[in-house]
Amino acid sequence: MARAVVTMPAQAKRGEIVEIKTLAQHPMETGFRRTQTGELIPRDIIRRFTCTYNGVEVYRADLHPAIAANPLISFTTVASESGALTFQWTGDNSYTVTEIAPIRVE
Amino acid sequence: MSLRFLSAALACLVCTSARAGEIPPDQRRSGYELMSRETRAIQDDDTTNPGMLWVLDGEALWNRKAGTADRACAACHGDARTSMKGVAARYPAFDAALGRPVNLEQRINFCRTGRQKAPPLAFESRELLALTAYVARQSRDLPINIAIDARNKPFLDAGSEAFHRRQGQLNLACSQCHDDNWGKRLAGSLIPQAHPTGYPLYRLEWQGLGSLERRLRNCLIGIRAEPHAYGAPEFVDLELYLMWRANGMKVETPAVRP
Repeated sequence: MARAVVTMPAQAKRGEIVEIKTLAQHPMETGFRRTQTGELIPRDIIRRFTCTYNGVEVYRADLHPAIAANPLISFTTVASESGALTFQWTGDNSYTVTEIAPIRVE
Repeated sequence: MSLRFLSAALACLVCTSARAGEIPPDQRRSGYELMSRETRAIQDDDTTNPGMLWVLDGEALWNRKAGTADRACAACHGDARTSMKGVAARYPAFDAALGRPVNLEQRINFCRTGRQKAPPLAFESRELLALTAYVARQSRDLPINIAIDARNKPFLDAGSEAFHRRQGQLNLACSQCHDDNWGKRLAGSLIPQAHPTGYPLYRLEWQGLGSLERRLRNCLIGIRAEPHAYGAPEFVDLELYLMWRANGMKVETPAVRP
């Protein structure tokens, strides 16, 4: 189960600053931990998060092993035109989750 | 003879002093109130509460057909938002067929094996935690309501006895920390009153969701006692006592704790 939840207003006024909260379901295994028998648990993390607004990148984050499981990323953008925001998380073990959220700008 | 009397009197003294440490109802505090402002904010907002990821998974499982009966939970119980409202606040509840109380996880598994004809879900598996969290979420903000009658009284007493019994290599009883010394610090951490108001909950230390039994196993290992297996009757008795002790407090599932 790879799930991501995006919370943002469905509509906004032109020029308004909108807050976007994203929560991705991921264990963020650091790659430094060992099992009880001493074997290294391979790293399994999200490497990159991007948000594009009608094809234009508005936010990007690189994620690292020290980041907690189920990372919450919150940021803002300016509502400039109606359309859709595309959120993408990519990581180890060909992890890819894409979420699309429409926005109506008046 | 006199020695035996003395030890009996001493045992009685220990027993009464332990009972005297019980928390008066107006002084009961959920672990929520002892948390930092930041951790409380994570719990309060469903869009930031990572426990909601399990609740959403649970909702999907609730509506998914399972087992040879090919029935989903929703086929019998309908919309969980109405049918499961307040259910978690009553658990562990007495099961007449089994003749003893069962917790919510066990009830879900009985439904799976009995009605859905599906294999039971493993304790602490992602699926069982998700379903439990989804069911318990429907009782959020409702008061815990454990009714004690003649049938489950012996199990409540057994749980109470376990709570007040010294055990493990450190020879500590649950009550010594959670009744007598709550609000003080054990190393860097605040000692809470041990009210199970938000289970299954997201513990930052676990980086995931876990059940009350996982938490109890942590505590037992902490006092160097041998932890019971998941689903053990001893655990369910203790859960019954803890939930009864928290009667009237609000359900917070899925809670967030440090």
